[in-house]
Amino acid sequence: MHSSDTSLFEKIMHLKAAGEFAAISALIPYSAFVGLELVSDEGGLLTILRGKPSNIGNTTIPAVHGGVVGAMLEHAGVMHIIHECDIARFPRIINISVDYLRPCIGNRDTFARGYLIKQGRSVSNVRVEAWQDNPQRPVAAAHAHFMMG
Amino acid sequence: MSADETTRYPLDTIRTILERLPHVEALGLRAIEMHRGSCLFEVQYAPHLVGNLETGVIHGGVITTLMDSAGGAAAFSVVPAGASVATLDLRIDYLKQAEPGKAIRGHAECYRQTRHVVFVKGHAYQDSTDDPIAHFVASFMVGSVGFAPDAQQ
Repeated sequence: MHSSDTSLFEKIMHLKAAGEFAAISALIPYSAFVGLELVSDEGGLLTILRGKPSNIGNTTIPAVHGGVVGAMLEHAGVMHIIHECDIARFPRIINISVDYLRPCIGNRDTFARGYLIKQGRSVSNVRVEAWQDNPQRPVAAAHAHFMMG
Repeated sequence: MSADETTRYPLDTIRTILERLPHVEALGLRAIEMHRGSCLFEVQYAPHLVGNLETGVIHGGVITTLMDSAGGAAAFSVVPAGASVATLDLRIDYLKQAEPGKAIRGHAECYRQTRHVVFVKGHAYQDSTDDPIAHFVASFMVGSVGFAPDAQQ
């Protein structure tokens, strides 16, 4: 799509090496659309979904659309692999299962962290949990498989 | 579904209310078919939905939102009027990459309904329903917590 001297993968690997995970989100249009941000901290990689009126999918509570919560968990999962693993290409998602545990309140920031359950040569399994006020009270959790090779 | 039409949400109401939800509107999701127990949603390709700038492929999260919306609409079509619906869980299998530049359609149908849970399955496709890009399965809680179309009126 975009002609450039370095590939998107190389750009992201450079940003990873420099620890500039926040800049990776800028390379993914959908991240800006829903308000996804990345922060590398002492706990690893933290994915943040900013509270945005346009993410509301339930106006009664109001709550973030379940699809956006799923998108955040998928995004946090793939970015966690990029953060943790030595990779030669982008991990490609095979499948994701999302459990909705509590209402994800709209217009409030949501946080997510991934856990690498198994890193395989061809497939990795990642667990991701998302919360708002208290990490001990997750609003949603997912497990996903990614192709590594 | 053999339910008495008068005890269910009118299909037009479900369509109108769901299409007006902020994120459904932001994505430009449209309910192009609504039946009792099944529906078909569509999302147009747009540059701001891209997950990989190099390939132009739409972010998987858009497919999750398309299928969760279609599944929710299918669930609403079978529950008693006044009941709310909330996604309990969902699973997406990505069968092949979506082709950039093309709309994606999401079909969802209820295959089992109990008093408290609606079970839904579906798939996303572009050119042909026989050539899906993703499979989807979900369960929805029926009850007081969640979203009810008439809470809007």
